[in-house]
Amino acid sequence: MADYPKNVIQVPTYNLFREQDAGKLPVLDVRNLGIDFGGLTAVDSFNITIGPTEIAGLIGPNGAGKTTIFNLLTGVYQPTRGSVLVNGIDIKGMPVHKVNKLGIARTFQNIRLFSEMTALDNVKVGMHNEIKCSFIASLLRLPSYYRAEAAANMKAMELLDFMGLGDVADKKAGSLPYGVQRRLEIVRALATNPSIILLDEPAAGMNPSETAELMHQIRRIRDTFHIAIFLIEHDMNLVMNVCETIAVVNYGKIICKGTPEQVRQNPAVIEAYLGKEDND
Amino acid sequence: MSFLQYLINGISIGAVYAIIALGYTMVYGIAKMLNFAHGDVIMVGAYASYCVTSYLGLPAIVSILVAVAVCTLLGIVIEGLAYKPLRGTPSLAVLITAIGVSYFLQNAAQLIFGSAPKNFKSIVSMKALTLFGGGLTITGEVLVTIVVCVAIMVGLTLFTSRTRMGKAMRAVSEDRAAAQLMGINVNQTISVTFAIGSALAAVAGVLLCSTVPTLMPTTGAMPGIRAFTAAVFGGIGSIPGAMLGGILLGIIETFSKAYISTQFSDAIVFSVLIIILLVKPAGLLGKQIQEKV
Amino acid sequence: MKKLLKNKTVLANARIYLLVTLGFVVMFFMNNAGMLSSSWKGYLVPICVYISLAVSLNLLVGICGELSLGHAGFMGIGAFTGIVIAALLKGKVESDFLRLLIAMVGGGILSGILGFLIGIPVLRLRGDYLAIVTLAFGEIMKNIIGNLYAGTDNNGFHMAVTTTKMALGDGGKYIINGPMGATGVQKLATFPMGFLLVLFTLFVVLNLVNSKEGRAIKAVRDNRIAAESVGINVTAFRMKAFVVSAVLAGMAGALFGLNYSSITASKFNFNTSINILVFVVMGGMGNILGSVISATVLYVLPEAMRSLEDYRLILYAVVLILVMLFTWSPKVKEKVAIVSDKFSRMFKKKEVETNG
Repeated sequence: MADYPKNVIQVPTYNLFREQDAGKLPVLDVRNLGIDFGGLTAVDSFNITIGPTEIAGLIGPNGAGKTTIFNLLTGVYQPTRGSVLVNGIDIKGMPVHKVNKLGIARTFQNIRLFSEMTALDNVKVGMHNEIKCSFIASLLRLPSYYRAEAAANMKAMELLDFMGLGDVADKKAGSLPYGVQRRLEIVRALATNPSIILLDEPAAGMNPSETAELMHQIRRIRDTFHIAIFLIEHDMNLVMNVCETIAVVNYGKIICKGTPEQVRQNPAVIEAYLGKEDND
Repeated sequence: MSFLQYLINGISIGAVYAIIALGYTMVYGIAKMLNFAHGDVIMVGAYASYCVTSYLGLPAIVSILVAVAVCTLLGIVIEGLAYKPLRGTPSLAVLITAIGVSYFLQNAAQLIFGSAPKNFKSIVSMKALTLFGGGLTITGEVLVTIVVCVAIMVGLTLFTSRTRMGKAMRAVSEDRAAAQLMGINVNQTISVTFAIGSALAAVAGVLLCSTVPTLMPTTGAMPGIRAFTAAVFGGIGSIPGAMLGGILLGIIETFSKAYISTQFSDAIVFSVLIIILLVKPAGLLGKQIQEKV
Repeated sequence: MKKLLKNKTVLANARIYLLVTLGFVVMFFMNNAGMLSSSWKGYLVPICVYISLAVSLNLLVGICGELSLGHAGFMGIGAFTGIVIAALLKGKVESDFLRLLIAMVGGGILSGILGFLIGIPVLRLRGDYLAIVTLAFGEIMKNIIGNLYAGTDNNGFHMAVTTTKMALGDGGKYIINGPMGATGVQKLATFPMGFLLVLFTLFVVLNLVNSKEGRAIKAVRDNRIAAESVGINVTAFRMKAFVVSAVLAGMAGALFGLNYSSITASKFNFNTSINILVFVVMGGMGNILGSVISATVLYVLPEAMRSLEDYRLILYAVVLILVMLFTWSPKVKEKVAIVSDKFSRMFKKKEVETNG
């Protein structure tokens, strides 16, 4: 920490919460997180707290460790140091599927849909833990199976419609256009009933009009489902417009945290990251 | 029999497994396919050698050369006709094709030579060595097998590290697309790999039948499966791994027959394989590749 | 929209059941009318057995995406368990049908338990390594069954793995005699029971596939990491598929074992596992109807070609290779397309000529 630039904004915990989040337990509380890969420190001293309805951004140059941080938050990697609390519960040692059940869902930088299944089934897989229907009931096709399936279909269609994907419900996920696949991944993440979703470069590969639509949708997700959103994105326009708080990482460390306004004016950030864009 | 005797017998049978396993491992490393027909190429090699010595009455060394030539050609033909058109398709499609090739070779051999076992005359005319006043007997076959196995291992190691083609093979096995971009002829490299693997199978076939002198159309099947497990045991794709896996498998097999149970030697060998894979999921010398998220 | 989706799968499933029932009815009446030769009569039960095996392996390979090379091992467990149960219940359960049913259920249960126990270590592995370990387990099971002795005497039931430990007293009678296998088995298997087995297998697999469990299993196949990320316990679902597949294979094995008066463990070897896998791949991965058809055709094909004698298995091999090349190879497909295009043009020309 000692060699941080002098003008790093040291943000006291919780003070960036939106007004309605004040005094509430953060959905994500990350303390001193770090991971080494065979002697190489990929992430170090990463701290962040995200309130229940906050939209936060994670930016930084390529290779700064952003996706590694997401992998740490979702239990894909076990951290070398520090802890991750989802809704107040430490995820230490938990397998990925249990971490998800605590209320954290994600999308992937390189899209990972169930490509041989329909869009609707992709969403229904996301609802897996919510569909209450026993193994025996579905094997014997008891009435409870039909009730559960009908309810699941209805909710899955609602979610698809919410992101404007109702028309492609019965199309194979792998056959959908890139931008649609990205949005389908978001719907699938939402289907797990999370209290926070992590979006790994949601606008990558989208054209400007799709990106504009996405920005609108991200805000709508928060406002409709009252959940927190934490996103990695290279599109500065999206990040600056959508995110309420932004953390900037470089070489696996946070170099700045604050509002878009604070981040934009931070010399360390400009030097490390935004400076490049200014020179373009 | 003494411990040492069992050990040497084990190494000998293991050396045959190792030579077969090399063929499996090289093909897997480079073409990323399980060539289930490999065991049957061994059988073809043995029949070729048998024909030359028994029907033509030519010396053993000629029969080996003919067997190697026949199998090399066979390897190239099989690869070109059956596997090459399926490159890039799901691995199961290639696997089933390999099974088809295996059936074809077995049944063709049965059609030509009949299903009755042939009595294979050992190619080794050397007398057995007797050591420690009769306490240890090393037959000529055992000695030749071990020497040939060591020679092949040294030869292959030099080939893959020193020659242009050997380096190309390593490059293709690491990353086929990148190798192609570097100007390596991937198809040719794969063909050469099949040729080398099949030539080794011929040598293995002749050595195998010199030790166990019955030759049938199904002779290659069981040693093929054994050698395949040996390759996985050592870490599939790794040349020293195949050597180590083969020899260890031979030793374990001989010891379990000698000291534990004759009937259950199969179960013991395969149990050891499972235990090794659970402890080291990529085999003894294999590289564990982490899936990137 | 939703109705339509639901109806689609319902219709597809109904088609499979209908086809199977139709096949059964036709063969059943032909059999009763004495229209089948004795060799064809002998195919009826094995066809049902192999259909069940192919469908259950398809659950594992096609739907769960795990290559298993040891399916015959579970079949063998089921066969020998079934034979023992049927022999023990002789005289205790009057109805042959009921005795067969109990034997099949018993075979399925034991096979399922073993599947679970084997699954604990095996399912930690993936891909080719999983394949080799299932192969190893298949061989281990074959090896153990091949050295198993079981029999009854006046003191009751005995079981051992060596002849020395296996000393039957007065009134002793072997059910399984080590490497000689089971001899003097009462042939309980019937074609209608085979049909019921196929129906049951289809019922379980189709209902499983179109449920939340089935979706989870397919999700694990398509993308393991994504499946985990949406809260699916990947190991648990691979295990479910593995055990269900083992139970069904065990039941089919029991029916198979009780179809012959004697049977040895060597029947359940690697080659049998491979044959079942061939049925699955030829029928199309994950395609249940395909498995049903390909198991039937590929079982009958070598038998029907008996007149060709020694050439039949070579022909079978060639057919296998050619089908793979024609379905998968992009180059071969291209050539086929060119040829068929030429043909269709030729016909069109003729049509034009005749019309003109």
